[in-house]
Amino acid sequence: MIGLTDYLIVSAILFSIGLMGVLRRRNLLMLFFATEVMLNAVNVAFAAISHYYNDLTGQMFAFFIIAIAASEVAVGLGILIVLYKKHGSLDLDDLASMRG
Amino acid sequence: MYEAIAFYLFSALTIGLFLITVMSKNVLYAMTSLAAGMVLISGFFFILGADFLGVVQLIVYVGAVMALYSFAMMFFDATRDIKEKNTPAALVFLLGGLSALVLVLIFAGPIHSDAIQALYPMHEGVGNAQDVGIVLFTKYLVPFEVAAVMLLVAMIAGIILAGKKMDQSLTKDTSVDDADEILKQKDAK
Repeated sequence: MIGLTDYLIVSAILFSIGLMGVLRRRNLLMLFFATEVMLNAVNVAFAAISHYYNDLTGQMFAFFIIAIAASEVAVGLGILIVLYKKHGSLDLDDLASMRG
Repeated sequence: MYEAIAFYLFSALTIGLFLITVMSKNVLYAMTSLAAGMVLISGFFFILGADFLGVVQLIVYVGAVMALYSFAMMFFDATRDIKEKNTPAALVFLLGGLSALVLVLIFAGPIHSDAIQALYPMHEGVGNAQDVGIVLFTKYLVPFEVAAVMLLVAMIAGIILAGKKMDQSLTKDTSVDDADEILKQKDAK
């Protein structure tokens, strides 16, 4: 039978995939994709805990995470478009202008 | 039985699709596999009995967020492969795994799972949407309204940021000048 542990393991694997993407990626758009992966992994964990403890709080938190992710994407993509207009590239190494 | 099959199928597929998202060099492939993975994540929610959350995941993530991404991709050159100066993969794997492990230890260490009690328990015989609605509009009313205001602010910010200098072309190549000349010739005619 599938227990809470299985869901938490899947969620941890998905979260580490997203974390790996955040560490690995140099392109800002791909970095955004990696953060979406991490947010989804946390949502799975919240839903699983909500189910196995018979509590609705986890689902509430997942709703607010989805709302925050949506607004993050709206603002972040606007910033990406402005950056692309200014620099012509989304690469983090090109955008780093302050070299200490 | 079917729950186990669905769980293993969904988990294998989401892990594979999200790995493609993280590893792919092509933006289009990464975005498509991300959208497919989010559809399968909503499958997890349906297995777990969180019907409303699954529908919201489908509508908001797969519908709105991925549509926003695909519209934004029209501003960037999506067909070209992304060249990234990557750090060594083994180091990234090690660092990612280690930091995930540390996070799990930090959050799992002091929790005694027996002491957890349901704050807002689900009711038998009541649909998930009704249950969610009652809790969301009573206990979580203020965060709900704050989230609504935040979404409005984000929408205005997105419009203003993306709409600035909309008449200028993003790709700074010579074809822009050609287009201008063609327009001038048309005007002359």
